[in-house]
Amino acid sequence: MKIKILVLTIFYLIGSFNLSYAANSEKVNKISKNLRCLICQGQSVYDSQSDFALSMKILIQNKIDEGKNDEQIYDFLKSKYGEWIVYDPEITKNTLLLWILPLILFVFGAILIIRKLSIK
Amino acid sequence: MVKNIKLIAVVFLVIVSFFILLKGLNKTNNYSPNLNSSKIDFNFKAKFLYSDEESTLYELINDKDFSIINIWASWCLPCRDEHSFLLNLKSLDKLNIIGINYKDNEINAKKFIKELGNPYSKIVVDPSGVNSIELGAYGVPETILINNKSKTILKKYIGPLDDKKLAELKMIIKNEN
Repeated sequence: MKIKILVLTIFYLIGSFNLSYAANSEKVNKISKNLRCLICQGQSVYDSQSDFALSMKILIQNKIDEGKNDEQIYDFLKSKYGEWIVYDPEITKNTLLLWILPLILFVFGAILIIRKLSIK
Repeated sequence: MVKNIKLIAVVFLVIVSFFILLKGLNKTNNYSPNLNSSKIDFNFKAKFLYSDEESTLYELINDKDFSIINIWASWCLPCRDEHSFLLNLKSLDKLNIIGINYKDNEINAKKFIKELGNPYSKIVVDPSGVNSIELGAYGVPETILINNKSKTILKKYIGPLDDKKLAELKMIIKNEN
């Protein structure tokens, strides 16, 4: 009976340790998926196995352990590597066209459709 | 009328894409090492290569007017090429050259220094690469010029030093005072 309890406790401890570990690395994965690996073309930090990306993942883990939230980690990396490192571009003078072009095309398409319908 | 609109739409699209692609042509580099904050407002601890003691970044860039932080590794071939330029820079009085040994084997790193000479006043090791990332580095080799008093990054070179970069470094140091 005692042995059973012991074994169960050990299993419980291992399980809970794994769970917390998984939750933590999941957060690293989530953040690193949003980061561009700057030295490899077309890969995220999450996908890449380059030295740069591996160090970056350790750094993210360290920052999480320090208690930084996602936003603070992104801001930190942006201050070091510039806007380019995040996949989600902010609206600036340079990216304005990128953001409004789909909107323009959408409106343009709508006008075309409406014209066509009204002619019929 | 409908035909006209179609024509205008096509012409508009062609013109817009032409200008977008034209703008893309002028942008050759696929990343921008543009520094948003050139102030060193962070600190880290690193172990020395030749002793078991540790030092913080602030302590490393303490003496003299300028520091050059050079990130290198014995397995990195371009680092071998740029080594003579670092030895050249060693002769400047106002300057301390600090080496960060990036993801390297200690024995190989020491062999590298023994073979090619030591331009560094201090060398710290960065086995996980995290300290280099804190400095905003991309990889090896990388050279960062720091003004020690204001703790700002004056210049950053990604890739090996060459004659042109060496001259530019000396110019910046000369003009800063």
